[in-house]
Amino acid sequence: MAEVKTVEEVKEPLFGKEERKLLSDPLNDNNPITVQVLGICSALAVTSLVYPSVVMSIAVVFVCGFSSLFTSLLRNYIPKQVRMIVQLVIIASLVTLVEMALKYLNYPVYKQLSVYIGLIITNCIVMGRLEAFAMANKPWRSFLDGLGNGVGYGVILIAVGFVRELFGKGSLFAGSPIEMKLIGATSEYMINTTQSTWFGWYANNNLMVLPAAAMFIIGVMIWIQRSYNTKLVDIS
Amino acid sequence: MDRNSTNYVLLFVVSMTVIVALMLTGIRQATKAQAEQNEDIFNKRAVLAAVNDYLGMGEGVKADDLTDEQVLEIFESKVEQISLNTSGQEVDNVMAEDIDMAKEKKKPVEERTLPLFKYEYEGNTFFILAVRGNGLWDEIWGNIALKSDINTIAGASFDHKGETPGLGAEIKDNPTFSNNFQGKEIFREGEFVSVKVRKGGAQDPVYEVDGISGATVTADGVDKMLREGIALYLPYLETIKGENMESMLQE
Repeated sequence: MAEVKTVEEVKEPLFGKEERKLLSDPLNDNNPITVQVLGICSALAVTSLVYPSVVMSIAVVFVCGFSSLFTSLLRNYIPKQVRMIVQLVIIASLVTLVEMALKYLNYPVYKQLSVYIGLIITNCIVMGRLEAFAMANKPWRSFLDGLGNGVGYGVILIAVGFVRELFGKGSLFAGSPIEMKLIGATSEYMINTTQSTWFGWYANNNLMVLPAAAMFIIGVMIWIQRSYNTKLVDIS
Repeated sequence: MDRNSTNYVLLFVVSMTVIVALMLTGIRQATKAQAEQNEDIFNKRAVLAAVNDYLGMGEGVKADDLTDEQVLEIFESKVEQISLNTSGQEVDNVMAEDIDMAKEKKKPVEERTLPLFKYEYEGNTFFILAVRGNGLWDEIWGNIALKSDINTIAGASFDHKGETPGLGAEIKDNPTFSNNFQGKEIFREGEFVSVKVRKGGAQDPVYEVDGISGATVTADGVDKMLREGIALYLPYLETIKGENMESMLQE
């Protein structure tokens, strides 16, 4: 790996214009969720609370970045006929690695997230980027592309989780050490709707807790994004 | 070698599989001891969570606040482990903490072994029972602590494998749900009735708790799990109840 890096440095800059574009493109112009429409399934499933969304995002950034790196390193040796199976093995090993690391370092968090970690294997973004980018590009660039797409996915995930938890449960970061109870009907919450004269009408929206709400929120996000980013509007 | 030949493909796939398998096995072996100890402490903490209010480690200190060492120490000094069969006799060949409830649940009722943790606190004995059932997506389980009258619930803790966060997962994440079980009774005039988890709110203050809105299947699962799980312990509970009565009469 070290060898490859030095060769790269001679030929092209570590963070040239191209490389920065690889990192920033997935955040807006080529966002995996709102533009490529990949990884929708997990975006609906895990976003009812912010905290699981955050941990899921970190795990996806890690898996996406490193699977791109390894696939790109091996790209000239992978036989075409079995390339998808090889990609799947790389992704699955990394996910297993994440799982074992959590078991070793923080068992309660592992218990809380075990379902989601398995879900990364089936996340279309990871494999989509391997097929579309890592199989045809050099390792460092592929790594950046993987990271960028992981972050682009994570940003949307956390934004959706934020809206859903705030309006669905009146709290933020529930389950984590920085849990905030903002608005609700008991004295535990910062704004107690049974006492407050201003917020007496407020009630949590139970729809927000259901996966369907994420569909609406992502739809609204796509709408907003396209209304100011006219490049994305399909004029054909 | 030709990159498109069958031999190359076979060689590539076999060597990749071997390398990945060896690597993952190696890492697993290196982290296994620590991971298993973490799991052990996690399970013991869950048992102690059922007697959260009686830990005696300071005001408001719950099982979640204890350090790993404290959990092991309380288990060592204050908890007696008993393994039972479903006809109420004690069995010796297995420690209660080693009983895998997921495996026991698959066996026929007569062959199951049940763990029972006797917790001593300031002269009171608490009986902590383990129960396991099914939620919406996957298994759910819990620990129920009974006071020494073997009727009143002192506390309960629940966990799950894959319930929806914010809905079914509330049985674990929302302390209000498990706290509602405190003070409920499982026998009505000597007859076992369990505690009902009622959708739309408890109607009977002694034998019912509130369900969770939006998580009816999980709440019904808890209800069924308690009814069937505690029932397995009934033969043993009846025996010690009898013993308690005798000792009270002798006094």
